[in-house]
Amino acid sequence: MKEWTFIAIIAVVSLATPAAPILIGKLIGPRKPNTLKNATYECGVETVGDTWVQFKVQYYIFALVFLVFDIEVVFLYPWAVAYNQLPLFGVIEGVIFIIILAAALIYAWRKGALEWT
Amino acid sequence: MEDLFIIIYNWLVSLLSGWGVGPVLVDIILGVLGSVLIVAYLLTLALFIIWVERKLVARIQDRIGPNRVGPWGLFQNIADVLKLLTKEIIIPDGADLVPFMLAPMIAVASVFMIWAALPFTRNAVGTNVSIGVLYIVAVSSLSIMAVLMAGWSSNNKYALLGAFRGVAMLVSYEVPMILTLLVPVFLTGSMRVNEIVGAQTIWYVIAMPIAAVIFYIANHAEAGRSPFDMLEAESEIVAGFHIEYSGMAFAMFYLAEFLHAFTISALTATLFFGGWRGPFVEQVPTLGIIYFFIKTFAIYLFNVWARGTLVRLRIDQIMSFCWKFLVPIALILLVLSMLVDKIATGIIPNYLDTTLLGMLPRTGILLLVNLVVGALAFGWIARTGRRERERLESRQIAPVERPAAGQQAK
Repeated sequence: MKEWTFIAIIAVVSLATPAAPILIGKLIGPRKPNTLKNATYECGVETVGDTWVQFKVQYYIFALVFLVFDIEVVFLYPWAVAYNQLPLFGVIEGVIFIIILAAALIYAWRKGALEWT
Repeated sequence: MEDLFIIIYNWLVSLLSGWGVGPVLVDIILGVLGSVLIVAYLLTLALFIIWVERKLVARIQDRIGPNRVGPWGLFQNIADVLKLLTKEIIIPDGADLVPFMLAPMIAVASVFMIWAALPFTRNAVGTNVSIGVLYIVAVSSLSIMAVLMAGWSSNNKYALLGAFRGVAMLVSYEVPMILTLLVPVFLTGSMRVNEIVGAQTIWYVIAMPIAAVIFYIANHAEAGRSPFDMLEAESEIVAGFHIEYSGMAFAMFYLAEFLHAFTISALTATLFFGGWRGPFVEQVPTLGIIYFFIKTFAIYLFNVWARGTLVRLRIDQIMSFCWKFLVPIALILLVLSMLVDKIATGIIPNYLDTTLLGMLPRTGILLLVNLVVGALAFGWIARTGRRERERLESRQIAPVERPAAGQQAK
């Protein structure tokens, strides 16, 4: 419990530390907004259309592959902690789990999900 | 000799209890003191390391670097901070104000929070939570959130594009990082960071050099530094996700980037280079903080060197390098070393001994596995590189022979 109190405290302190200079900057810095200054920067050209346009689907696919890996890797951590107490069979079970993970990677690879074209 | 930090801690506890402060409140007061100490240490350090980095990168690239303010330009950063303080924080039209202002704070906070779990000496550690390694992964991935928030809320196409590219890259490099982070965990059998350091009578980098290298590369990418600076890419998308930031809000992103680079060096030093361990550290535990700093700084200089010399990669190259090279190698390494290690446990007596001599057989066997995997990886990357080079060379000849204007329009 004592350990988690410290994390709560440092979360507050570390958020307050960057907040302070930004606040001071807001207070002592000038504030003279005008239309040109506040316009979206685009190398001196006026922006055309909406900002949130459609982007390449590839970003989404990479995020999906990552999600599969990230969730499966979290299951590996308890296994790694218990590694020293495990018999050889327990390790082989974990290895099979990793091989299934690798199979998913190979599948994504063969399907062309990892190509950036 | 007792640890200096224990003496100060006990003195503070007795002082506060003497004033009639309850034990819960004592914990909170000391927690605030400790976290302020960590944050102040990092901020002071930041002034220094930013100067070191600017000076070093300048020298590497045959420039002079900061040399006007103070001796050797030492006070340049203080001047920069003062200047940025007096600048307006512009909020562009159409920006989403709350995430726009929250993003730089989260970027810095995520770096500070990693240090809560890093041990400075045997006893001086912010918090020794039982899931320390997972905590570090969770907190450091908060910086990805900051990038996405900044890019999304700026109402700028460059910012959005930079954030997308950056998040795709950061998220991908998280995978080899987490996979190699399993290595110190399974070698120690604990996720407590201090126990991982305590178990490294022989540094894990000697037993698992390939894992350490993969971890370091993945972390280098997480910090968004030069061969992997997809997020910023000045020449392509101007400044990426923080294009619309100015004044102190911009300075916070800058601070977060430099501190992140230092923090990943500290992480590598802790998990693979034995953290606070060094000669005479058993007798004088306070020495640990010096060893920890020296190791961190040495790795950090390596980081600066890479930043100063390597050129930025294209995004498809970065992604292929991660998914088609680092992840398979990390998986193969993990499986092989775990299997071989377990089989050797059954054969060799006293295999899990933690004394210096007792650790030798385990280190040797794991090193052998690493060398085999390393040779495989090296052969693989050499072959791929040769093939890619041949492909590019054969392609380059064609447009020289037939420079038709109509062909390039495609």
